[in-house]
Amino acid sequence: MALPNKPRGEIAAVVNPEVVEHTCDVLIVGGGMSACGAAFEIKKWASDDLKIILCDKAAMERSGAVAQGLSAINTYIGENAIEDYVKMVRNDLMGVVREDLIYDLGRHVDESVKLFEEWGLPIWKKAEDGSNLDGAKPAATLREGGQPVRTGKWQIMINGESYKCIVAEPAKKALGEEAIIERVFIVKMLLDKNRPNTIAGAVGFSVRENKVHVFTCKTAMVACGGAVNIFRPRSTGEGKGRAWYPVWNAGSTYTMCAQVGATLTMMENRFTPARFKDGYGPVGAWFLLFKAKVQNGLGEFYAGSDAAKEELKKFMPYGASAVTPTCLRNHLMVNEFKAGRGPIYMATDVALNAFLDEKRAAGLDEKAVKKYWKHLESEAWEDFLDMSVGQAGLWAGANIEPEKVGSEIMPTEPYMLGSHSGCCGIWTSGPNEDWVPTVDGTRAHQYKWGYNRMTTVDGLFTAGDGVGASGHKFSSGSHTEGRIVAKEMVRYCRDNTYTTELAQSAQELADEIYAPVKRYHEFVGATTAADVNPNYCKPAGIMMRLMKATDEYGGGVATYYMTSGKLLGICMDLLEMLREDAAKMAAGDLHELMRAWENYHRIWCVEAHIRHIQFREESRYPGFYYRSDFPTVDDENWKCFVNSTYDPQAAEWKCEKVECINIIETEPWL
Amino acid sequence: MPSYVDPEKCDGCKGGDKTACMYICPNDLMVLNTEEMKAYNQEPDACWECYSCVKICPQGAIAVRGYDDFVPMGGQVVPLRSSDSIMWTIKFRNGNIKRFKFPIRTTAEGSANEYPGQKGDNLDDCKLFLEGELKSPTKLA
Repeated sequence: MALPNKPRGEIAAVVNPEVVEHTCDVLIVGGGMSACGAAFEIKKWASDDLKIILCDKAAMERSGAVAQGLSAINTYIGENAIEDYVKMVRNDLMGVVREDLIYDLGRHVDESVKLFEEWGLPIWKKAEDGSNLDGAKPAATLREGGQPVRTGKWQIMINGESYKCIVAEPAKKALGEEAIIERVFIVKMLLDKNRPNTIAGAVGFSVRENKVHVFTCKTAMVACGGAVNIFRPRSTGEGKGRAWYPVWNAGSTYTMCAQVGATLTMMENRFTPARFKDGYGPVGAWFLLFKAKVQNGLGEFYAGSDAAKEELKKFMPYGASAVTPTCLRNHLMVNEFKAGRGPIYMATDVALNAFLDEKRAAGLDEKAVKKYWKHLESEAWEDFLDMSVGQAGLWAGANIEPEKVGSEIMPTEPYMLGSHSGCCGIWTSGPNEDWVPTVDGTRAHQYKWGYNRMTTVDGLFTAGDGVGASGHKFSSGSHTEGRIVAKEMVRYCRDNTYTTELAQSAQELADEIYAPVKRYHEFVGATTAADVNPNYCKPAGIMMRLMKATDEYGGGVATYYMTSGKLLGICMDLLEMLREDAAKMAAGDLHELMRAWENYHRIWCVEAHIRHIQFREESRYPGFYYRSDFPTVDDENWKCFVNSTYDPQAAEWKCEKVECINIIETEPWL
Repeated sequence: MPSYVDPEKCDGCKGGDKTACMYICPNDLMVLNTEEMKAYNQEPDACWECYSCVKICPQGAIAVRGYDDFVPMGGQVVPLRSSDSIMWTIKFRNGNIKRFKFPIRTTAEGSANEYPGQKGDNLDDCKLFLEGELKSPTKLA
């Protein structure tokens, strides 16, 4: 006798959920850094009768990419010129970026960092003797002129274990508990019934109770991070969860906006960070703070070799930078692997001992050197413990002490994001100011259309990972962008007096959201094992199928990121069948229903990614991906944006080249 | 590195409104079995090892065991988080132990100023709350 066939999760899903309808002026979708910025800022501009709702899939205290904490804030302009920040981002992302958006972010971002410090985030400071003080030691604040500990030109060190808790607190207080709905996963944005190309609401469901939530709003911000688990990861067992970027980011931002017709930009861009192998611990502090170098398997510091310099000359002007663009650093590393000169080591032992030797040479006795070492060791471990505890766990399990032995680093599987060293995302308006270029044509070609960070859909805004062609925002910049959007959404509500109406009934929407539950209940009795059934597929299997297709045909780790027109065509065919089959996903419990909808989002955003790589007939980001049929960077034909727009009525995609305009001087390039 | 729950210590948060680990997990992994009144990680291969559940558990009932597809057994990383600092104990496979303590917050919990009731003055310019004059780019192309 078979055991009763029942869903695995604790909260079983029922066929007919309760439907809850909400009406508001402003809907904030997401709860990460951007949403916290928006929640803090919006009350400073909104009248008391403006109704605002924020929906987070998780709990704001620990949601989004900063949930675990961070050991650094990577964007703080400080004493630097904003123009130089634009130049750095432009060069790192191989020339094709929106300089208006980057400059605009740069002029606001420090204010967010100063607020973080005021709210309680410990920021390291430079003492008068040049030593580093942790963020709890008495020192002048940034507002008072205190000097942060710079690692690179733009990064500052923090004690950031509680970074997200600290930033979420004033966001929640500002908005008020009654305006915040946690554990509701918004899965579709909704257009207005009467006005073309206008946002009117959203629909989602609770992962705690059988309820579908339907929202009608005037304006909305979608900021739900980037996309993870879209390519087969290097660890496919339990370690699949140890993604470099937050494993709960499912491409929801891109998919939900694209589905209502928002133009996407640079979706061909991806990020395959080189990180400590398997644990995916951060390398920034090791490179910048500890001055560590990478060695190949022969013990050579290959990145500074004459051969590497010659290789970089193929990619001018980008390769000439003192700080090599991230993709080109990867490119050099991938070349070592392909030539059989792996593994690649971060020489942590060489770096740490160099500091100790320096102290000895300066005359410190062994007791003083030991004391100094304690401090240095603590800094090294904190880097992992603040933001990637699993890497510390791997070192503990493998008996690795970084002062004694180096650790392998390796480029990861690809991710899609717009706030780190990547720039895929949604095409948005820049600020409505004179220095932002005026361009003729549709919004997909323009740089400004009235409301800063509004997508090409009226009333629909995005921030953080959502805004494309402007990377290097990181945590602070994402918070800032959320604040920019908050003010613009209030202005949008003031300027536009129309009322919105949804095209579908709440019940129709609920039926669509719960379709995987209905399918589960209809067919679960057909077999003795709930996960194997000819009438449906489960979300876990669909995700693996997606990742296998992208890995093998879309330039994943299986091929050292190499793909071609032929392979991409096969990938698109596989994805089309995958999308059809995904309509047959079944979910027995609410957690599984969340996984089902995350997969819908993943598949769509990956399709956009592959479509863009197909369209761009060059290899713009060597080290992130290569097309064997167009293997070089072709500035003459492709120094332009690729924008794509899905027409929700016709169900058709349109890809087009869009002019990339330099606002900041190009001579000198850096 | 999935989290796991010690059944001797877990009290299901006494059946209160909020099961701490279930409340905090960013990936909806920690759930309470209401018959046993014990929590567990329902999807270990989707665990980011962010330690949010470990840090928040009032009973200290949650720990982490290294991912079984690449972490050798025997090591452990244990946090003890207070309102202003966190103490980490790193136990190596070979038995060595290291301890580190870091500040996490310089203000009292709940005291972050959201500037209640204060308003910005001009909705039509680009300045955000508290900001002075904004720059425009120079050194133009």
